[in-house]
Amino acid sequence: MNTGSQLIKNNFRVEKLPHIWCPGCGHGILMRAVTEAIENLNLDKKKVCIVSGIGCSSRAPGYMDFNTLHTTHGRALAFATGIKLAKPELKVIVITGDGDCTAIGGNHLIHAARRNIDITTIVFNNNIYGMTGGQYSPTTPKNEFGTTAPFGNIDKAFDVCKLADGAGATYVARGTAYHVKQLIKLVEKGINNKGFSLIDAISICPTYYGRKNKKGLAVDMMNYLKDNAVDVKAVKKFQKEILEDKFVIGEFKNTTEPEYTDEYNKILEKVKHLHK
Amino acid sequence: MVISNTDKELKIIEKWCKGCGICVEFCPKDVLEVLDETIFIRDLENCIKCGFCELRCPDYAIYLEGDSNE
Repeated sequence: MNTGSQLIKNNFRVEKLPHIWCPGCGHGILMRAVTEAIENLNLDKKKVCIVSGIGCSSRAPGYMDFNTLHTTHGRALAFATGIKLAKPELKVIVITGDGDCTAIGGNHLIHAARRNIDITTIVFNNNIYGMTGGQYSPTTPKNEFGTTAPFGNIDKAFDVCKLADGAGATYVARGTAYHVKQLIKLVEKGINNKGFSLIDAISICPTYYGRKNKKGLAVDMMNYLKDNAVDVKAVKKFQKEILEDKFVIGEFKNTTEPEYTDEYNKILEKVKHLHK
Repeated sequence: MVISNTDKELKIIEKWCKGCGICVEFCPKDVLEVLDETIFIRDLENCIKCGFCELRCPDYAIYLEGDSNE
């Protein structure tokens, strides 16, 4: 039986494929990109732990052949924090969705970022709650539709990158399911950053977000990503009015600050003599 | 630029294909088409083995064999 490319054979639980996601769902593209980034970095599979919460995005670790943990809604980062503190030698990667990460798990997100704990978070951002039937999420753009916003969403959307940046993440970037090669590089750099990294990976949801907002088929939604993403390096070349309808991709922040598990271990060293 | 690599072979797994058509849309050489909701290689001779179909296939149903992504 043909079980796919070498990358798929090496990094996936192929017996679980094909995955559960809808035809044309961007999540499959993103999941492959994440594993390619891991493979490019030659990480020891036994030292990689992938953690997720609940939602379409969070099905990913079920297919990925690493140490994996599928947790409760919004709590992926809380579990990941525990894993990282217990075993700092692990590369902990969180795969989460826009709802899981910025609504239910919003509090965990800002505090993981504030602590600068060495976790790489990849947000599979499809602008909607797909699994539960198309409810609007914190990244559904204003005036767009969801099953819970039949007359249009009046909430202003979160910019996940600005949120992570403001909360203290040391690596922040945005990629898309169309710009895959760039996304792989961004994930690699995020994993290499010793500190909290967040990559906002724009996905496509033809089934709910697309259908509710008349965005066309998967192919049309991919073309939207292609035509409306502006690289952060090219932003200055565009007039403000043009940028209003676009979104910016690329690396926004790459800095170094003290890392949480390191700081915690320093405290342990400091008080060790008290327990002799 | 992508350089054609004749050592690689374009493969499909029909069973995994969900017929979304993303690979067809972004194939630079118009090699592919969707027939009866599954992927079909229409014009293998024109394939330059760029691998864009593999990168963007959400279902891993099309790929270049001999490409270990090294």
